[in-house]
Amino acid sequence: MALGILHMRNLFAVVMLSGIYSLISAGLFVTMDAVDVAFTEAAVGGGIATVLMLGTLALTTTREKFVKSDLQIVPLVIVIATGALLIYATFDMPSFGDPAAPIHHHVVPRYIEEGPVRTGIPNVVTFVLASYRGYDTMGELTVIFTAGVGVMLLLALAGRRRDD
Amino acid sequence: MVRRHLVLRVVSKLLIPFILLFALYVQFHGDFGPGGGFQAGVIFGAGFILYALIEGIEVARRVAPTALVRLLMVLGLLLYVGVGYVGLFKGANFLNYDVLAHDPVHGQELGIFLVELGVGITVAATMVTIFFAFVDQARR
Amino acid sequence: MDIPGLYNYWIVIVLMMTGFYIVIARGNLIKKIVGLNIFQTSVFILYISMGKVDGGTAPIIAEGVERYSNPLPHVLILTAIVVGIATTALGLALIVRIRAAYGTIEEDEIHAQNTMKDADG
Repeated sequence: MALGILHMRNLFAVVMLSGIYSLISAGLFVTMDAVDVAFTEAAVGGGIATVLMLGTLALTTTREKFVKSDLQIVPLVIVIATGALLIYATFDMPSFGDPAAPIHHHVVPRYIEEGPVRTGIPNVVTFVLASYRGYDTMGELTVIFTAGVGVMLLLALAGRRRDD
Repeated sequence: MVRRHLVLRVVSKLLIPFILLFALYVQFHGDFGPGGGFQAGVIFGAGFILYALIEGIEVARRVAPTALVRLLMVLGLLLYVGVGYVGLFKGANFLNYDVLAHDPVHGQELGIFLVELGVGITVAATMVTIFFAFVDQARR
Repeated sequence: MDIPGLYNYWIVIVLMMTGFYIVIARGNLIKKIVGLNIFQTSVFILYISMGKVDGGTAPIIAEGVERYSNPLPHVLILTAIVVGIATTALGLALIVRIRAAYGTIEEDEIHAQNTMKDADG
């Protein structure tokens, strides 16, 4: 799927493919027990991102400029080298689904055991998001807000001045 | 616009109320099943954007004027921070919900509910604002 | 250490490098954004796959369930997705403005216009 995006020149098809890609990864999240995340990914990637990308295409152009050689050597070498390094690094990682992995033994048992009692809410993701990690979520909400203001400044307000 | 896309219009008209209702369900049932403010916000935003795409931007603007959407965007964030400050004024730490109600568990439930509501409002309003901004640019 | 157990990381790396290649090798700005999105999704998959526990279920506390997947990565990625779409929108808005200013969204053409302006001024 991703490789298809790489080769296609028609940007319209690229955007559609990236929407489908998002939906597939949402399905992948469900199989890995991350239902909340899958929810968000499906709504964001399949819905809003696609609409916004199409909006941008309508405002710009749907054809990518023709490039002579399809494969550029220098970036390819960089990418392969980085990928090889990363694969080398994975040999030290715990294997997929291993309950003994260090990530499962730090604060998480406390969240799962103590959290529902203290907050009365059975969905661990919800109360960790809103209560235990309230500061993080506040910061992220601020980022979203700022991005919205930024888009507003760039598009809605900047054009108004030109009209005068 | 009115005559064309008859199938699209009918199907969307049928779907949109359920999308919005589902968003509210995801928002308020997020404590017990999968869901929460972020998901509800994007689903609501997507539902509204669908409405704007089908019915045209003027109709959508009459439902949600730009000023109102911008106001909601600010209000959601203020609700979040405000809940944090209530905790502060009641003698606990910032964003500590234990003191919001008569006992800590209820306080936590109330705090999480309000905070998620703030998240949902801001996310939905931001998505709609971004969409409106793109449409404005296209019509210029 | 059993090697086949690491396949999730390799999928992530392949996706990540594809996104990386699109970003550095393609001159079209919209395609760069799509590439960044692929990169981003690969990071999401990395986190979520690390949170998966064999035999675990979704982290919603219920009776009779002993083992849950790790909820912490879910929390982080949940917010990251929404932040991601917000920043993507910002990037797309910038592209629209660049198109208005330069009349193109190809990197090399923008570059050529800038050099010409420098030569004139």
